[in-house]
Amino acid sequence: MSIKRNWWKVLAIVLVLYTVVAGLLVPVPRLDIVNESIRNLYFHVPMWFGMTIILTTSVVYSIRYLRTPTARLDTLAHESAKTGIVMGLLGLATGSMWARYTWGAWWTSDPRLNGAAIAMLIYGAYIVLRSSFTDEQQRARISAVYNIFAFAAAIPLLFVLPRLTDSLHPGAGGNPGFSNYDLDSNMRMVFYPAVIGWTLIGFWITQVSSRLEFLKQKIYEKQLA
Amino acid sequence: MKNSWRNAFLLLLTLLASIGQAVAQTADTPEMADALRQSGKIYVVVAVILIVVIGLIGYLISLDRKVSRLEKEIR
Repeated sequence: MSIKRNWWKVLAIVLVLYTVVAGLLVPVPRLDIVNESIRNLYFHVPMWFGMTIILTTSVVYSIRYLRTPTARLDTLAHESAKTGIVMGLLGLATGSMWARYTWGAWWTSDPRLNGAAIAMLIYGAYIVLRSSFTDEQQRARISAVYNIFAFAAAIPLLFVLPRLTDSLHPGAGGNPGFSNYDLDSNMRMVFYPAVIGWTLIGFWITQVSSRLEFLKQKIYEKQLA
Repeated sequence: MKNSWRNAFLLLLTLLASIGQAVAQTADTPEMADALRQSGKIYVVVAVILIVVIGLIGYLISLDRKVSRLEKEIR
């Protein structure tokens, strides 16, 4: 692993380790209800940011696949989507945990929560859809088209619709936004590095799994030759 | 290569140096884990999470290296 080409992996490690230490030690605003759990912001929210960024790269690969169909682009789109889904599921799980101890329930029928859950189901269907084809090119093409649909459906569900109604979740309706907490400059100092760090970790995992998949395809081709 | 690791380490140190001392505040304000901070046990929690995260990242690095080795073998 040459550092020159993989400097971003070093950056990912540094930022995530920084997040863990600073996320627990840097002073945070003293707020009712959330109290110390406001620190979840450094771990729960970056999962969603990271997921969105990685799913965006996934859809970019899918669009590129439709323009120039190569197995490589299909693999990259698929592996990115998988990492995005994992981060989204972690986001749901951490959010549910946080909700239990601030709102008093594991799940509330909240537009933001349900929107996020539906978005994850739509992406779950992407995985199911992929596994239902035997023909590789057909699989690649149809799942690329579906990926564009999934992205176009997930973004409004996650970021637009919840803002149009009232919600318990910060940053919606008439709720004190998480921009309110975010205004605290101490928290910003941790939050932004956290987002970058976790996102880079997501890209790293995607890169390793994609390379493994490329190798698998190479071996398969060799066996055929 | 060595320099890059040193630079990364220095970056981590500078970032960590910017952490102010957690200020112990008095009552009237919403309850926070002040006792946990005063007793210093919070550092135990930080250390434990660090070990877990470092362990997972180390595993990711080793997987990355294994894939690199395979890439060299299969050309």
